[in-house]
Amino acid sequence: MKISKLVEKIKPSGIREFFDLVIGMKDVISLGVGEPDFVTPWNICESAIFSLEKGYTSYTSNKGLYELRLAISRYLNNKFSLSYSPDRNILVTTGVSEAVDLALRAILNRGDKILVSDPSYVSYDPVSELAGGKVILVKTNESDNFKLTPELIKRHISKGVKAIVLNYPANPTGVSYSRKELLALSKIFIDNDLIVISDEIYDELTYDFPHTPLATLPGMKQRTIYLNGFSKAFAMTGWRVGYACGPEEIISAMTKIHQYTMLCSPIMGQLGAIEALRGSAKSVLEMKREYKRRREFIVSKLNEIGLCCAMPEGTFYVFPSIKKTGMNSADFAKKLLYKEKVAVVPGTAFGSQGEGHIRIAYASSMDNLKEATQRIEHFLKNNA
Amino acid sequence: MKEILEILEKDARTTPEEIAKMLKKNVSVIKKAIKKYEKEGVIVKYKTVLNTDILKDNVQKVKALIEVRVAPQRGHGFDHIAERIYRFPEVISCYLLSGSYDLLLVVEGRDIQEVSSFVSERLATIDNVNSTVTHFILKRYKADGDILKRIERNNRIAISF
Repeated sequence: MKISKLVEKIKPSGIREFFDLVIGMKDVISLGVGEPDFVTPWNICESAIFSLEKGYTSYTSNKGLYELRLAISRYLNNKFSLSYSPDRNILVTTGVSEAVDLALRAILNRGDKILVSDPSYVSYDPVSELAGGKVILVKTNESDNFKLTPELIKRHISKGVKAIVLNYPANPTGVSYSRKELLALSKIFIDNDLIVISDEIYDELTYDFPHTPLATLPGMKQRTIYLNGFSKAFAMTGWRVGYACGPEEIISAMTKIHQYTMLCSPIMGQLGAIEALRGSAKSVLEMKREYKRRREFIVSKLNEIGLCCAMPEGTFYVFPSIKKTGMNSADFAKKLLYKEKVAVVPGTAFGSQGEGHIRIAYASSMDNLKEATQRIEHFLKNNA
Repeated sequence: MKEILEILEKDARTTPEEIAKMLKKNVSVIKKAIKKYEKEGVIVKYKTVLNTDILKDNVQKVKALIEVRVAPQRGHGFDHIAERIYRFPEVISCYLLSGSYDLLLVVEGRDIQEVSSFVSERLATIDNVNSTVTHFILKRYKADGDILKRIERNNRIAISF
């Protein structure tokens, strides 16, 4: 059977094999997981159980439960003075993953160019291609901590560049942008009339300065599709609830696609999300404090044992360099797995610029982090 | 520095070196702070949380909550009478409460008889103890913030983006 040319063109993830290897192995300490190690706070679980008992098992409106959209609207307003109307500017999606897809499909015409950072989260590039766009990779540098800079973006602007995907705090590098850095970037976005898909799913996990949503900067709200969700901050990955906020015409375009492809986000997840916004601030803060302690621990430990590692501003990832071992990312990850049973993700999974790096997720217990760093130290001593 | 306490309360085995890394502080600063907390009695001691219910061949001890009504004493309030009571090694916790009785004790013994005789012979006979009500504990589900049952955790897939 012939599959579509568009799909055929998408490169299969080069590390599928490695993933299968990890999943097939026993007693591995995995620092390769892209989700919180906490269980969803009990008040959220409990409210979802109650809603099931009450028989809330139906579809919701395509845009999502009004109560949830209202809660999101209030949350953003209270937190960032960012005002979006629950009727016109907010769409509840099945995780941010769906929102990324919808946003790209809503704005891209065949052949439109879109800037995507390299390295970056794995879906932006293939999903842009599926939407008919032409991806222009912006190769970020280790010397800039893999941040996008105005100069770097300027260099990649050409005729037909319509949009850019921004993700901060970023998976896999953990870096984020201060308000000042964002202001400098926003000037380029405005000057070149770019639409920005801003994936801010890790916003609550920003440790060194307050997170600034791109849409709060002057001139940016009308060109930003703001994406966020419940997976990371509230430890709700499996619930699949995210949301997109933006100009009315974009949100209604996204809703058009969403109503035919997804219909709505699962109602149990949406009800859980309402409770998350209503009564989980304390749990979120506790998790964040714990992540922050782990971040300090892992960065200092990695540097101590000889893996050069910058201090990222957010997420639960660090992206240390393994260049001095002489191995490439894939070999390093594979050998570390075989010899020490520690799983990490090779940096190349996130783009060619990730070569020479590995992604370590510290969303794992302190005990695991201690044991894993000891094993890595042992590995380095024997494979230097 | 209070964060040290938060870390130790979660896991008393965390070393000063590890705490220093987590809080981005000097090890000597952490050690000094811990010493200070120990000296002041903020850190009372380091213990292990046990669930002996699942030990095989374990001779189960019996625990009871005991409500005690006492008459407070002039000049001492409840403190004096409370001390008379909590000094008994059988008493493992002692609280002064508002409401319909005054002291709440947790008492531990080898068996029901031992706890009963402690109550009837030692406790109830103390001057100023007016009455007692004993509730034997049938099962402990959660103690001091720790759920005692081993929770089967759904494992995350070992690797993901």
